[in-house]
Amino acid sequence: MYATSYHRTSSVDEAVNLRASQDEGRYISGGMTLIATMKQRLAAPSDLIDLRHIAGLKGITVKGRTVRIGAATPHADVASSVEIRALCPAICNLAGMIGDPHVRHMGTIGGSVANNDPAADYPSAVLALNATIITDRREIPADEFFQGMFETALQDTEILTAIRFEAPDKAGYAKFANPASRYALTGVFVAKTASGVRVAVTGAGSGGVFRVPEMEAALGASYLPESVAGISVDPGLLMEDMHATAEYRANLVRVMAKRAVQSSL
Amino acid sequence: MGMEGIGARVTRKEDKRFLTGKGRYTDDMVVPGMKHAFFVRSPHAHARITGIDASVALGMPGVIAVLEGKQLQADGIGNLICGWMVHSKDGTPMKMGAWRPLAIDTVRYVGDAVAIVVADSAAEARDAAEAVMVDYDELPAVTTSLAALGADAPQIHPEAPGNLIFDWQIGDPAATDAAIAAAAHVIEIDILNNRLSPNPMEPRATLGIYDEAEDHFTCYTTSQNPHVARLVMSAFYNVAPENKLRVIAPDVGGGFGSKIYIYPEEIVCLWASKKTGVPVKWTSDRTEAFLTDAHGRDHVSTVKMAFDKDHRITGLKVDTVANLGAYMSLFSSAVPTYLYATLLSGQYAIPAIHANVRTVYTNTVPVDAYRGAGRPEATYLLERTIETAARELGISPVELRRKNFIRTFPYQTPVIMTYDAGDYEASLSAAMQAADWDGFPARRAQSEARGMKRGIGMSCYIEACGIAPSQAVGSLGAGVGLWESAEVRVNAVGTIEVLTGSHSHGQGHETTFAQLVADRLGVPIASVNIVHGDTDKVQMGMGTYGSRSGAVGMSAVVKALDKVEMKAKKIAAHLMEADEADIVIENGDVKVAGTDKSLPWFQVALAAYTAHNLPSGMEPGLKESAFYDPSNFTFPAGCYIAEVEIDPETGKTEILQFVAADDFGNIINPMIVEGQVHGGLAQGIGQALLEEVRYDENNGQLLTASYMDYAMPRADDLPSFSLSHQNTPCPGNPLGIKGCGEAGAIGSPPALMNAITDAIGINTLSMPATPLKVWSALQAVQMRQAAE
Repeated sequence: MYATSYHRTSSVDEAVNLRASQDEGRYISGGMTLIATMKQRLAAPSDLIDLRHIAGLKGITVKGRTVRIGAATPHADVASSVEIRALCPAICNLAGMIGDPHVRHMGTIGGSVANNDPAADYPSAVLALNATIITDRREIPADEFFQGMFETALQDTEILTAIRFEAPDKAGYAKFANPASRYALTGVFVAKTASGVRVAVTGAGSGGVFRVPEMEAALGASYLPESVAGISVDPGLLMEDMHATAEYRANLVRVMAKRAVQSSL
Repeated sequence: MGMEGIGARVTRKEDKRFLTGKGRYTDDMVVPGMKHAFFVRSPHAHARITGIDASVALGMPGVIAVLEGKQLQADGIGNLICGWMVHSKDGTPMKMGAWRPLAIDTVRYVGDAVAIVVADSAAEARDAAEAVMVDYDELPAVTTSLAALGADAPQIHPEAPGNLIFDWQIGDPAATDAAIAAAAHVIEIDILNNRLSPNPMEPRATLGIYDEAEDHFTCYTTSQNPHVARLVMSAFYNVAPENKLRVIAPDVGGGFGSKIYIYPEEIVCLWASKKTGVPVKWTSDRTEAFLTDAHGRDHVSTVKMAFDKDHRITGLKVDTVANLGAYMSLFSSAVPTYLYATLLSGQYAIPAIHANVRTVYTNTVPVDAYRGAGRPEATYLLERTIETAARELGISPVELRRKNFIRTFPYQTPVIMTYDAGDYEASLSAAMQAADWDGFPARRAQSEARGMKRGIGMSCYIEACGIAPSQAVGSLGAGVGLWESAEVRVNAVGTIEVLTGSHSHGQGHETTFAQLVADRLGVPIASVNIVHGDTDKVQMGMGTYGSRSGAVGMSAVVKALDKVEMKAKKIAAHLMEADEADIVIENGDVKVAGTDKSLPWFQVALAAYTAHNLPSGMEPGLKESAFYDPSNFTFPAGCYIAEVEIDPETGKTEILQFVAADDFGNIINPMIVEGQVHGGLAQGIGQALLEEVRYDENNGQLLTASYMDYAMPRADDLPSFSLSHQNTPCPGNPLGIKGCGEAGAIGSPPALMNAITDAIGINTLSMPATPLKVWSALQAVQMRQAAE
């Protein structure tokens, strides 16, 4: 790791001002990807501005069927939230599958979503749940937020403050873990609401998280695992590496979609 | 045996410090004036060094020195060596290329050390190392053994034309060929043994300290054999004469073979300490460990097994190519030869065996012994072959094995080894019963009903441990003897120190060696301390590897205890005015048999040291040492059964049960033995399902250089193991011990692969059986069937 300066901030304004005063600073909210990257000397921010201890970014609130998760909420809190589980157990299950216990107590939903790692779990849930990404200056619909691997709609100093979504009628997440890293080799989140079904895939797409309209249409017509069993995605759009060929990932998209639906029934 | 003696499940004495973070490892050592090192390493798999410019680095904060290979060479530091001479079948000696501790002209693998930077802090050393400008002319690289033997392959060492180090054979080629020609059935199979990274929890580290006033070196290092390290660094690398070099291997967090060898870093840090006048410490990080710790396995083999019409094996012919990496590591030549091909008879009576082994240089990390060292490769090859034979011959794999078991001992194989004792049927039966082998078809039907594929497979392994008879290994080319030493010091108050040349880096010697003393003298293990790992404290010893500490190291302790006991009895007989032959030692008392005369143990010890009333002419003191040289290898054996269920939609394998039935001879501490088996099984299952070192074949870059890409087994990959022991005591050593450290890693890969191939009905799968590979194999069959 190269030398860096660490700042523990206590308000969003303080963090934004600090960040604006630096050319090479980075926000950090758990650092489960960033710290590892820095240790490998593949990233060298001059300053780390820690958002994880800002009180206003923490916590889960549920009003009616509206769920709001503060950006600095660790995965372990989402996994164990009784309130969320009553409305949308799939996102609790997803949070409980991220990394290991250490990661789940350090990593946060805001850090994960803002980082938009193509193999992270949360982006699939955010996209499938049609969630709203709330920042210090605006609200961004999920469909506009994710813009490719590690790319989001966030501007340079903008801070993701919370994720908000309406609890779906049904939702399920199925993940096939990379045998080495345990990141999603392919993860599929399926959510059914009054306005239709959304299917979002993480871990597989060469452009990051993506939706599968054909599956959404088929499930909209008949919300059963068999409805997606015959639908394949184009391997040409998927990642290929030593752990999985594009064809294997295409297969996993189909199988995990089926299992996500199954788990939601 | 008593509560703490041989056979007792005593909890480990050393665990308190390990579990509470109080262990003292090399990286924990801090000495006054100590500075930190970072190594400049080659980013290329093969390149010529055309220049090194350290001027910028030398001006950076905290930097004390940047030292390179030419300076090391000018100071007379020698090259690293392989300590086991193997001759090709044409009689020529192996062709060893130069391995300089710091490369001078040429780098030969990604990670090859080029220079050392010494600075006030490890971070400053690392920053400065990035500023050392090394100019390279890149050369073509080759990473696989078969490609390295190709006509147009890049030449890696001038000493080894065509990258061939040796072309060696064992057994009788004519008799084997004749058996194959006359056979009723010949089974042919190609076998790949995947390359592994050892991954001990503690990465390698070293601290070199030069004392100018005494012209003396101290080397703290993560070693399994500190005396061997001192010997080699003194005799071959000219670091210092032995009396001027102290090597200390304190607590060591796992080795698995990778810490047997002497690496460049120990030598360079010692030399750099003298050069700079400050103690120099280096600690590897995990990626550096993947890049530089000796790897294991990496064999490519073809096999022919001949059978008569009654399914008796009549011959076995094996051709193996072993990848030794860019340089010959300390025991690299022995692993794919004498530790491998000598075990190719397995548990079977095979009248004719011939094995040919070629070893090859490639632009990869050196390959040497890793848990099992040659024996996993032999077992995998043989047990996959016999399973394949059963499938092709259409008979039960159990019956085929039973028909060919060796049943009378001693048994001379055609490949050097003489098996002393064993009962292979006992382990086979125990394992089958524990696994409910006969109930498998019903369980398979249940899986099929759920759309899953279920398979069962076994492996009957044998290994050679207790290495080794010094004269025998000397005749085979070993540069050292493989005896062990021990010293038993009884203190004046009766407490005991045992100094052993064995080294504990996870094996629990501080407990088991104390149990041996407790068993013998009836003293509590709390009064027995085990001292190891320091060449200034312990006399010359050979260290720990090859499951030898029980069979060889403890046998040396027994010999020393014999002498202590003899002297104690003489003293006691004198004090109690009894006949020496009537003295017995029981429960911590020294008694005259058949009388009520008795002395507590401590009084005999005290008498030895006060020396007020000793037998005439006896020296004071109660301290004896012994060297034990084994008369033969030991032969642990057993039967492992794996049952798996495979999800055909994803290719993922779940291990439903894993049964290990082992014959380790007599056991000192069953709990520790079970722990050893559990660890070995985890590593063997890792090899079969998860682990594989992969290089980019085009440029020689290591692709699996972190846990993001190298799949280490985790707890949730493993089932609860079912273990049992069927012990036939080893007749060759005083305790009847065979050794248990490696069996788990040796016996488990073929059992799993036999189960997985049974489940999917495809026999050609290679390790690791990743979900991708299993799914792809199933897809290929489906597509073939669809096309037909």
